[in-house]
Amino acid sequence: MIATTSLGRKLTLLLAGVAALLSVLSWSMVTGLARQAAERTQDNVLSASVTTIAETLRTEQGEVRLELPYSAFSMLGAISQDRVFYKVVAGSRLLTGYADLQVPSGYGPDQGPGRVRFATGSYLGEDIRMASLTRFVQAGNSPVPVTVTVAQTRYGIGAITSDLSRHAAGLSIAFFLVAAGLTSLVARASLRPLKTITADVARRGPADLSPLHHKAPAELAPLLDALNRLMVRLGQSIRRSEDFIAEAAHRVRTPLATVRVQAEILLRATTGDAERQRLRQMIRAVDESSRSAGQLLDHATVVYRAEALARDPVDLGEVARQCAHALEPTAAMRDIALRIETQRAIVRGDPILIDNALRNILDNAIKYSPDDTTVTVRVLKDVETVRVSVTDQGPGLGNGAVEHLTERFRRGCNVEGIVGSGLGLTIAEAAIQAHGGRLELGKGPEGQGACVSLILSA
Amino acid sequence: MRYLLVEDNQELAEAVLRRLAMDGHAVDHAASLEAAKDCLAAADYDLILLDVMLPDGDGREFLAQSRKRLDVPVIMLTARSQVSDRVGALDQGADDYITKPFDFSELEARCRAVLRRRGGSAKNEIALGPALFDPLSGTLRRGETKVDLRSRESRLLEVFALNPGQILSKGQLMDRLFTFDSAVTENAIEVYIGRLRKRIEGMGFQIETVRGLGYRIEAQSP
Repeated sequence: MIATTSLGRKLTLLLAGVAALLSVLSWSMVTGLARQAAERTQDNVLSASVTTIAETLRTEQGEVRLELPYSAFSMLGAISQDRVFYKVVAGSRLLTGYADLQVPSGYGPDQGPGRVRFATGSYLGEDIRMASLTRFVQAGNSPVPVTVTVAQTRYGIGAITSDLSRHAAGLSIAFFLVAAGLTSLVARASLRPLKTITADVARRGPADLSPLHHKAPAELAPLLDALNRLMVRLGQSIRRSEDFIAEAAHRVRTPLATVRVQAEILLRATTGDAERQRLRQMIRAVDESSRSAGQLLDHATVVYRAEALARDPVDLGEVARQCAHALEPTAAMRDIALRIETQRAIVRGDPILIDNALRNILDNAIKYSPDDTTVTVRVLKDVETVRVSVTDQGPGLGNGAVEHLTERFRRGCNVEGIVGSGLGLTIAEAAIQAHGGRLELGKGPEGQGACVSLILSA
Repeated sequence: MRYLLVEDNQELAEAVLRRLAMDGHAVDHAASLEAAKDCLAAADYDLILLDVMLPDGDGREFLAQSRKRLDVPVIMLTARSQVSDRVGALDQGADDYITKPFDFSELEARCRAVLRRRGGSAKNEIALGPALFDPLSGTLRRGETKVDLRSRESRLLEVFALNPGQILSKGQLMDRLFTFDSAVTENAIEVYIGRLRKRIEGMGFQIETVRGLGYRIEAQSP
């Protein structure tokens, strides 16, 4: 399956994007506010300075006079080292200050006398902020408008603003980094239930269709429900097909069993050689068909179970003992002794598949062994591998290509007269390969008989 | 030996009954689990042959339920050969299982193995002249003398013991002794007759060759 988009990455990117946007916004807001605050401060000080100067206006002998109080300029120096310009004009006469300081003319309708006006302009090529206040002073018999203007360059404001802006930028970046870190944590945390469920499903053996019990978040509950419903349906469908196979096998094999028993009964009562020969052939045909059907079914089971292999602890020694025990009566019928040399050897896998593989190997060994011989089952282990070897005293695996014996329907070149499907070793090999192991076909210890070993990693 | 066969297929049941009777066993037949319960309530059995699929239920479930009360060896007759099924059958308390269609001599071998494991029933000896033969354990006794026969020797002697005085041809003996999946010649029978003759020396009976016809067991004239 190809993951087209990662939910986690998407969520992280989205949240990080939001955090970045918020960081930039907060930075620009802080910068703007800082600028406004600095400007307002300058305006306030300018206004205070202008007011202080204006308050010293008085008339002496019909002349408008003023004093420039030191405090009016020192307060401006308090906020920054900017240059300060001033100008006081009475009527059209310059009382003091910089004559070429361009003061915005007049006052608007809402900016009556007595109110401080502010303006931004430039003087000597430098940006300045000005505050002007106009008062009417009684000079002679007519009031003369006197305008006091104080201006200041704006470097200080720029410095304060950019300083604050730098700090704000640093804070915003830190905020973004923390938010991005938290974001990936949050994404991971919110996807954790999904991971837990996935791991739980992946860990299951092929036969485990029990419902998933998780405290899932509300968003995942429908998925979990759907999964559990699928599991139930799958279970039902598997059960149905298993029931069908069981029923089919029962229906086919029971009449076959009848044929076989009847043929045996007939064989005991018949004396004619030709008839007896025919009855034997009949019995052999029944055996062959039932054996093939059984092994085809076994092969299908192995393939099915190998697809999702269980990894349970399996004691190969115990499996070997049980297999030998189950086949003991068959061996005893032909006075074949089963010698078992086992030890405890734990591997991980599907006990049913391993049992199936070993049973096929052991069944083969007994089938191809001459009467009155011994079949030996040994379980050997070293650091990395466990080996179960089945050695017989039979004719061996022939001189043909031994590796082809595990191919489907391939039988040895010296098996004439023995009922077999040619699937036994194929099944065993498929089952063992599913476990990452292998089959080894060879000769017995003294070059006599066959030795088939099943090798699995410990 | 008294067997109970629980099998719903009438033809198969009849054939198995007939075949078991040939070996001198008494067999009752139940076609359903209900009938099996009645049989078990009415008589004691040495061994039960239990089919897995019965019209009124699953033989395995029946076994799992009644195992505590039922101390009789049970061999399941199953139609499937899948290992998982076999394992299932043994888990439910069966002593062994055999897959249909079965080789009758294998069924007998499994019955013997199960009965031996369970301690067997004591009185199952066949008199051969002055000697007593126990086919289950394969022992032959005459007074203090005891001979342990190997599996095939024991089977061969059992065939003779169950057909006293009757002439058995090599072909008939072959069918009883060898499974049908192995190719054996009649010479093999001669080999086993030779072995058995050595083993039964001094037991008070002998295997006589009837030229051109076969063999027969006879008590030795003193």
